[in-house]
Amino acid sequence: MAAMDASIEAQIREWRSYLLRRRTIDHTDVDELEDHLRNQISELGAAGLSGDESFLVAIKRIGAVNELSREFARERSSRLWKQLVLAGDTVRERAGSEYAEFFVMLGFAVAAALAFKLPAAFGIDPFAAETSDSANIDSEASFYLRNASVLALPFLVGFLAWKRSLPARVIAGLAVPFFAAAVLINVFPFGSGDMELFAARSSDTERLAAIHLPIILWLVAGVAYLSGAWRADTPRMDFVRFTGEWFIYYTLIAFGGVVLTALTVGVFEAIQIDMEPIVTSWVLPCGAVGAIIVVAWLVEAKQSVIENMAPVLTSVFTPLFALMLVAAILGMAVTGNIIDAERDVLILLDVLLVLILGLVLYSWSARDPDTSPALMDAVQLVLVVSALVIDVVALAAILSRITEFGFTPNRTAGLGLNVVLLANLVWSAWLLSAFLRGRRLFSDLERWQTTYIPVYAVWAAIVVAVFPPLFAFA
Amino acid sequence: MQTGRDVRIAKDLVAASAIPLVLAILDEGESYGYAILKRIDELSGGELEWTDGMLYPLLHRLDRLGYVEARWVSPQGGRRRRYYRITPAGRDALSEQRRQWEVVAGALQNAWRSFQVVSSTPLSVQPMGDG
Repeated sequence: MAAMDASIEAQIREWRSYLLRRRTIDHTDVDELEDHLRNQISELGAAGLSGDESFLVAIKRIGAVNELSREFARERSSRLWKQLVLAGDTVRERAGSEYAEFFVMLGFAVAAALAFKLPAAFGIDPFAAETSDSANIDSEASFYLRNASVLALPFLVGFLAWKRSLPARVIAGLAVPFFAAAVLINVFPFGSGDMELFAARSSDTERLAAIHLPIILWLVAGVAYLSGAWRADTPRMDFVRFTGEWFIYYTLIAFGGVVLTALTVGVFEAIQIDMEPIVTSWVLPCGAVGAIIVVAWLVEAKQSVIENMAPVLTSVFTPLFALMLVAAILGMAVTGNIIDAERDVLILLDVLLVLILGLVLYSWSARDPDTSPALMDAVQLVLVVSALVIDVVALAAILSRITEFGFTPNRTAGLGLNVVLLANLVWSAWLLSAFLRGRRLFSDLERWQTTYIPVYAVWAAIVVAVFPPLFAFA
Repeated sequence: MQTGRDVRIAKDLVAASAIPLVLAILDEGESYGYAILKRIDELSGGELEWTDGMLYPLLHRLDRLGYVEARWVSPQGGRRRRYYRITPAGRDALSEQRRQWEVVAGALQNAWRSFQVVSSTPLSVQPMGDG
């Protein structure tokens, strides 16, 4: 029974694709079941059954697909989520609800875009260049700087809450951080201190708060995404994966959107119609905000697409980032030029470190925890360790700057962020190397990352709520 | 429907004994799904009937609990196959399970000393008690 005959092969293929239609059973599960099926068929064949007979008996012994997929779903909570996302057991049932969902999604997206432009009705419209004088532009831009996430993200939370049919009590709970943030960030008298000295730029604490606020609110959206089940580790990893996929989709769509608007402006220019005011004051801001919700919907509705793309992207960029960091470290070691503690350089480094942590986190969230250590895990260790080195160097630079010139909001925020990242990277590197040596399970790595998530929220909350009064709103 | 078997074990019992059985088999050495089922067949004299597919979600659960470790092995020119190996935590769970089963079995033995199985009627295990 070395080779099965062609009709059996065709039947096995059909059975495979039938199983794969179940959202709870994935390729590796089917591979495993197929291996079983083939063993059984050859054994029955050896016992004298014909090909078709052995196939039928083997299929029957494996069990009904419905029960099987339910068992898998029970075991794989992460895939259970996926199954819940597109409710309904059969494809036909799903089609109807998908339409409804599409229109509801569209409603939330349009509402978000309109809400984002609502301040324009009260004369706050930094997107329309000619309507206000330059002094106003600054205060209007600063209004958006502070409020962008408070204006845009409630609709994402609303959409997710609708989708998960969250009870009113949970929704009320989710609204609290938004109200708190909206009040806090608009009541704080930012820049009141030395406004004359730095009239040209907004205050540092204001900008720091504006950068950190979306992190908190995004994690609030995460609670909605997980239907409030954020305390458990496995679902949290689902939200990490969602975040990564959302980011990839958003980038792609933003890129497409920019190309489209550029072409639109160009085409209308050719027929002497100036589209630019409309594009800058309506199309770009509304598009950017509406896309937040459209993308969140896309990530889940078209999950299988991104699931195939994500591992490819991470395995392309993990080695490239590792290479870049190693080269930078070598460069520092050879030339002896330590990082210059200028603000722009430190910001660049922090962005780099956050990006690397995101990359590692995302590729872990998409990794099959069952597979044994592979080359890519070693590359990741190189990446994590070199990020660690860069982090320590940046930390040293900030500390020397602080001892020399004292604490400023920016330096303190940088210091805190680097410490938060350092703690994560040190333990990640340790766990990863233990995993490569076979001493730790991959799930330990996942658990470390998921338990660490609240640390980011706490740190961001400190920067938003404590820093401004601490530094006198400078 | 199985024919030619005179003993059919109730579903509840099959399910309850599944974890200790699989762990004990993996304690004999690393193995894969089909071989584990063969071994169960051997050990029970063919009397423990499983729906084959159900073994796999169970193995994944043991994996999630950290009782077993899974790895894919792909032989040259062959199909890849997932092997499972028991972990120290799995051994601990196995000895705990064994202790519990021994208590249950001992209690049943004692309770049944005076009870004679009527051999002419086909034996079927009824769900016992409702706790």
